[in-house]
Amino acid sequence: MGGYIAKRVGQALLVILLAYTAVFLAVQALPNDPVTIFLSADASADPATIAQMKAYYGYDQPQIVQYLDQLGGLLTGDFGYSLSSGSAVSTRIGEVIGSTLTLAGSAFALAILMAVVLTAAASLSRSSRVRNAMLNLPPLMISVPVFWLGLVLLQILAVQLGVMSLFPDGSLLSLAVPIIVLAIHLSAPIAQVLIKSVQEVNRQPFVDVLRAKGASESWIFYRHTLKNAVPSALSIAGITVGTLLAGSVITETVFARAGLGQLVLQAVTVQDIPLVQGLVLLTAATFTAVNLFVDLIHPKLDPRIITAHAGSPRALAA
Amino acid sequence: MSLLTERSNDADLSSVVENNRTLTSSRTVTGSKLRSWLGNWWVLIPLAVLLAWALLPGIFTGADPITGVPQEKLSAPSLAHPFGTDHLGRDVYARVVQGTSQTLLTAGLACLVGSVVGSLLGLLASTAGRFVDSVAMRFVDVVLAVPAFLIALILVTATEPGPLSLGLGVGIASIAAFARLVRTEVLRVRSRDFVQAALMSGGGYLTVLRRHIIPHVIGPVLALLAVDLGAAILAISGLGFLGFGSPPPTPEWGLLISEGRQYLTVAWWLTTLPGLVIITTVVLTATLGRTINKAFRF
Repeated sequence: MGGYIAKRVGQALLVILLAYTAVFLAVQALPNDPVTIFLSADASADPATIAQMKAYYGYDQPQIVQYLDQLGGLLTGDFGYSLSSGSAVSTRIGEVIGSTLTLAGSAFALAILMAVVLTAAASLSRSSRVRNAMLNLPPLMISVPVFWLGLVLLQILAVQLGVMSLFPDGSLLSLAVPIIVLAIHLSAPIAQVLIKSVQEVNRQPFVDVLRAKGASESWIFYRHTLKNAVPSALSIAGITVGTLLAGSVITETVFARAGLGQLVLQAVTVQDIPLVQGLVLLTAATFTAVNLFVDLIHPKLDPRIITAHAGSPRALAA
Repeated sequence: MSLLTERSNDADLSSVVENNRTLTSSRTVTGSKLRSWLGNWWVLIPLAVLLAWALLPGIFTGADPITGVPQEKLSAPSLAHPFGTDHLGRDVYARVVQGTSQTLLTAGLACLVGSVVGSLLGLLASTAGRFVDSVAMRFVDVVLAVPAFLIALILVTATEPGPLSLGLGVGIASIAAFARLVRTEVLRVRSRDFVQAALMSGGGYLTVLRRHIIPHVIGPVLALLAVDLGAAILAISGLGFLGFGSPPPTPEWGLLISEGRQYLTVAWWLTTLPGLVIITTVVLTATLGRTINKAFRF
């Protein structure tokens, strides 16, 4: 068990280090340094200003020094400075991260709830029509673009019915609708995996034994099947953290909400490379940390993973 | 030799029974396969129509997608304009049809990059020894750790918005899925007896790979390719919606919806109808993926 934890943590740290290196190399591979690219649209910038700014931000150092400097900064929580505002990247991220965390966190929780409800309806409903509808819903939900769903809901609720405003005004609907839109998008893959793994568990002999003993379908589902199916759904839930960010950016744009998404878009539009770099690293680190957490609680939920020597538990779900 | 005889290496009784059944009907196997494909006409015909939209848009619409008729601006869907017209009086249906090639080309580029690089990486990881395997898989972990969306955004920041950087970015992100799939499938197949037998009877690395392993792996890869095409269309239209695709007035599906967004209060059709086309396309490619998966299951 101790060896398993150490191996997973080591791998996660390695992935973050490699992600940092890859982003650093990608920036180095650009034809120009970040300052020159940032100022390229600014006609008033003369070579002297550019050189001064380069020296100020440390881009005139040899590459290996820059690499180690930035790495050292990251370890102490220093993400460098945003070129467009001059303030620290960590400050700019800190200003808006709360709003995004609220949106993403609630959407994630709602998505898991929706996936469980869908799975329960797909396996417990007496009407085969309802069961079939539930089985076909996730593939459909996955095919609906987030921005389209958001716009259609805005069109119906704000324009046709007039019950919410087009811009965030703090009302309950303007908070809830973006969360629902994002959650629908997120819950589809989780529901797909959960339904599939419930079906697999249902084929196992112990379910027949339970049924023969007289257990009701809902007892079997909630007390036995769901419990056995959760680990694989958890793995996919970890992976959806990546799409959560993309979804947040688009949701925030559609509903005109401030947040990390707006910051990413601004950074890309003005070519503020240090800010983009910081955001990418933050996302990669979050993704890796969440998935490390999933890997670590996996054996607690399903002890067979350690004893079976099956390699990565994630290999089962991937 | 056909794949069916290779299968009979399985000592497992149930599969032998299954094999005998397949072997007796092996003469008609191509016929039944064709029939099962045609049974999916409701997927294949709409996909063919989409392809025709991309290749020969002129047949489906005579309206000009770039210059509109100002007198007819923002008119609701009618027989003359099935999807209505936008703020410049341009026919939205014509813009959707003319935008198909742009969207499909960008998504196709993404799939090409993802499937070719990913499959090669997976093949290398599963056949070139443990060291190569762990290096390749750590690389895949890194690609997986950065969301597809951000990889595309990095490329767009560094270069400039446009279909090329968009397709490349989305493609790089999908390398991971292909690499993992091919690696798992190859590892599964190469432990089978018939591969060992082929190697022992003197088959070279490439020969065994080409004649015995790849035929078993190609089905899942094609299935993922279809699903990935749909995912790429979604990702690209999302990025196009944010303004990182081709600049206006190019008719691109995501951009169309983003332009329609400004007229949300007066013209529902500008956002709703192009979106329905995107959804239909993605559902169709996903169904195609499932069909391929079934057709190749041995």
